[in-house]
Amino acid sequence: MTSTVPRVGVVTFPGSLDDRDARRAVDQMGGEAVALWHADRDLRGVDAVVLPGGFSYGDYLRCGAIARFAPVMEQVVSFAERGGPLLGICNGFQVLCEAGLLPGAMIRNHSLRFICRDVWLRVETAQSCITGGLTPGETIEIPIKHGEGQWIATPEQLVDVERDGLVVFRYASRTGIVDDDHNPNGATNNVAGIRNAAGNVVGLMPHPEHAVDPDVGPTGGQPLFSSLLHAALAGAAG
Amino acid sequence: MSPEDHPLHRQLGLTDDELVKIEATLGRTPNRNELAMYSVMWSEHCSYKSSKIHLRTLPTDGPAVLVGPGQDAGAVDVGDGIAVVFKIESHSHPSAIEPYQGAATGVGGIVRDIVAMGARPVALLDPLLFGPLTEERNRWLLAGVVGGIGGYGNCIGVPTVGGEIRFADAHTANPTVDVMCVGVADAADLITSQARSAQQGSLMVLYGASTGRDGIGGVSVLASATLDDGAEGARPSVQIGDPFAEKLLIEASLELIAAGSLEGLQDLGGAGITCAVSESAARAGMGASLDLDAVPLREPGMEPFEILTSESQERMLAIVHPSKLGEVRAVCDRWGLTTAVIAELTQERGLTVRSGGTVVADVPASSLADDGPVYDRPLTPPARELANGEDPTFAPFDKELTGVVMTVLTAPNVASKRWAFEQYDRLVQGNTVAGPDSDAAVVRVAGTLKGLALSTDSKSRFGRLDPFSGAVHAVAESARNVAVTGAVPLAVTNCLNFGNPERPEVMWQLTESIRGIREACLAFDTPVTGGNVSLYNESGDSAIWPTPVIGMLGLLDDYRLRVPSSFPRPGLAIYIVGETFAELGGSEFAESVLGVVAGKPPALDLSKERALHRFLAAAARGTVTASAHDCGDGGLVIALLEAAIGGGHGFAVALAGDLPSHVALFSESASRAVLSVDPADEDALVGLAAEHGVPIARLGETGGPRALVEGLLDVPVAELRDAWENAIPRLLGET
Repeated sequence: MTSTVPRVGVVTFPGSLDDRDARRAVDQMGGEAVALWHADRDLRGVDAVVLPGGFSYGDYLRCGAIARFAPVMEQVVSFAERGGPLLGICNGFQVLCEAGLLPGAMIRNHSLRFICRDVWLRVETAQSCITGGLTPGETIEIPIKHGEGQWIATPEQLVDVERDGLVVFRYASRTGIVDDDHNPNGATNNVAGIRNAAGNVVGLMPHPEHAVDPDVGPTGGQPLFSSLLHAALAGAAG
Repeated sequence: MSPEDHPLHRQLGLTDDELVKIEATLGRTPNRNELAMYSVMWSEHCSYKSSKIHLRTLPTDGPAVLVGPGQDAGAVDVGDGIAVVFKIESHSHPSAIEPYQGAATGVGGIVRDIVAMGARPVALLDPLLFGPLTEERNRWLLAGVVGGIGGYGNCIGVPTVGGEIRFADAHTANPTVDVMCVGVADAADLITSQARSAQQGSLMVLYGASTGRDGIGGVSVLASATLDDGAEGARPSVQIGDPFAEKLLIEASLELIAAGSLEGLQDLGGAGITCAVSESAARAGMGASLDLDAVPLREPGMEPFEILTSESQERMLAIVHPSKLGEVRAVCDRWGLTTAVIAELTQERGLTVRSGGTVVADVPASSLADDGPVYDRPLTPPARELANGEDPTFAPFDKELTGVVMTVLTAPNVASKRWAFEQYDRLVQGNTVAGPDSDAAVVRVAGTLKGLALSTDSKSRFGRLDPFSGAVHAVAESARNVAVTGAVPLAVTNCLNFGNPERPEVMWQLTESIRGIREACLAFDTPVTGGNVSLYNESGDSAIWPTPVIGMLGLLDDYRLRVPSSFPRPGLAIYIVGETFAELGGSEFAESVLGVVAGKPPALDLSKERALHRFLAAAARGTVTASAHDCGDGGLVIALLEAAIGGGHGFAVALAGDLPSHVALFSESASRAVLSVDPADEDALVGLAAEHGVPIARLGETGGPRALVEGLLDVPVAELRDAWENAIPRLLGET
């Protein structure tokens, strides 16, 4: 592909809710959003893939547990294995964990309630497909909205994740303090988002697609999407 | 007890007179299935038999009205070919028995009403009333209802952007659980449930969930009778919701509408298949032949009357020309939804129901849908001459005011409802310009600059003292809430929540409230495009207060000019518009500080109120105001504190005038708002107020960390915020 406008596929599963929002965010940030359907086995030549938020297949079994078996996921997994940029947001993050692309799992918030709130995130690494344009230590504001967003991992996984610097974002104060007071859901080590070792696969619970348009919310999602578009373009060129 | 004491029609909620009327229509004795069908269709919930003659007095016409009452939802034209569809419904009775599912299925039902009009649902608002949180059952009801609203609403991709939560003793036995949904459609694509081009031979396709034994007779058993002891036994009449199926239903329906595949569309809610089939047929001026064997069932062995009256959720009925059946099935298949052709429109006006090849019911379709009984029930004002007790306005009062302010600020009616609103997804669809912490939510219409300003309001404390006044105040406050954002109030939907209409005093409350809505809506040019009536909200001898809930739709031509309710920055001048009188009757101060709901509600001059709305819209258009907040519960001081807490900026003001201090702070005089304005715009603001004949007075400035009312109050905003935000969690024992 020689196009200078990166094409970003957004998968719609039955029960996806923020798929239109993710497509709009891609378009607003200068990319070209491409709608992908769960039952298709074709990624339509996109340069990056987003698994959006929602309640895929109703999430009646376990969040993301069914979606990982969707026909489109076979292509998504092999796209990621080839190094393609892949972002899972909220339910999409849960799908990536279920698919084994990212470590850990999500359980119910420690309050046992759904929480919709703007939160601050501290950037932990620039080595990921959505933080290339950010500096570790800086903070960004993005909303969360989930009932099962408490990230957990086995002790062994946790050691690996922290040792290898796989944490991309932690819940924090506006000034970057990471503590229990600024942990909305009880996530282990305040983890809000993680990456794979290569950095091309990232999952996060907060919703950057709801943080690109200043008329309707904070703008902390803008640098994430511009980084993703940048990574997509680099992948497409390479 | 012998069957003569409890004949079937009475068990089903039909009166002896109604049975006579059915026999006259049929010219014979109805069989058991037919009785079941009439009982649900002629129930209070479906037929509005007690309220109909009074509802007819409401103004329903206006230049912007596209669809008035009588359809699934009302619709208004907001310009550029865009229609806004909106309606409010109640699910109070089911919620009193099973709060989570009751509230959840209430959301599902109203969303299908909007979809059935051909509109994409874009916003939900949930006005709720409960008994005091000091009682465990009320805490359980609140947690269950809020959980159900979130559990369902958050899974269907429609943001919950507002609503209100109020508390009163009278709602202990009967919580009020209303829900409003707003949708957006191409005006040209609007589907009225009157089948557009339906003709003989058109097919009725049931799609979505299968039909089970849940919600049998929900409208007649639950919603049209009082809840007495042993109401838990009615649990099988509460429906069970599946939001995932609803989400698929929404997407499939909107795809079918956009493709022009349908001749008509109807949701299945109260009274299930009976209602959907008979109404669709009656509106097309036809009959229908319905085959119950074609209905996909959840379990074998269901009786015909169960299939006919089941209120299983997440089902829709499409009217489809036979040539389009294939494409309808293809779309539903793609979304994983089952389809079944269950009926066919016929030239004869009868609704003929078959099961196992034999006719099990045969009645005129229109007799179910349109010929229900209409009652002019006796009404009597209460014997008490509005025995409102001593007016609290004139009670001597000399307590230290800081503590009193804190009491009112943390009163459950006034305190932050963040505990509940954070459990709702207010963001999905990406158009929420202002959410539940604003006087009115503002949702932009995707792809345009238009903003829909939405508010739901009730004033049942005033309504208890004077139902007419309570209704006028409810309409005025909802219009004001919309107006402070800069929007022009456009149209109204209403949910009338009352006790048992067979009691003349309740009927009087109902008619007085309708009279109040009529007067206010006429004065504001806000026609009533639809709504819902919820009666029998009483248990034993405790009826809820007269509680008309008003859902107001306002329009901003440019959502970017929306005026926030909080002080956005320091260094602004603070003004109050409108006049403050000695009016503490029915106020929050009287209830939470003096412990009485007594006196005379504040006066309300509709022309002054209207002038305020026009002034606020003009000020917003001229970008003169930095913030505007309604003065409501708790009066001027609470309005100031809320604006300070929300914005995170303190203020210093001085109150002029000769009212006693507590009256000046807490009076709930109508038609007022607190504004902040950049010093450079002060002259323009004052000039604009004079132009509109609205009294305006400068109170002070924003800035600093403290809330300071000269000589009366001096408290850090951070302390106020903590008290205000944590009051509800503290009552729930969570902090």
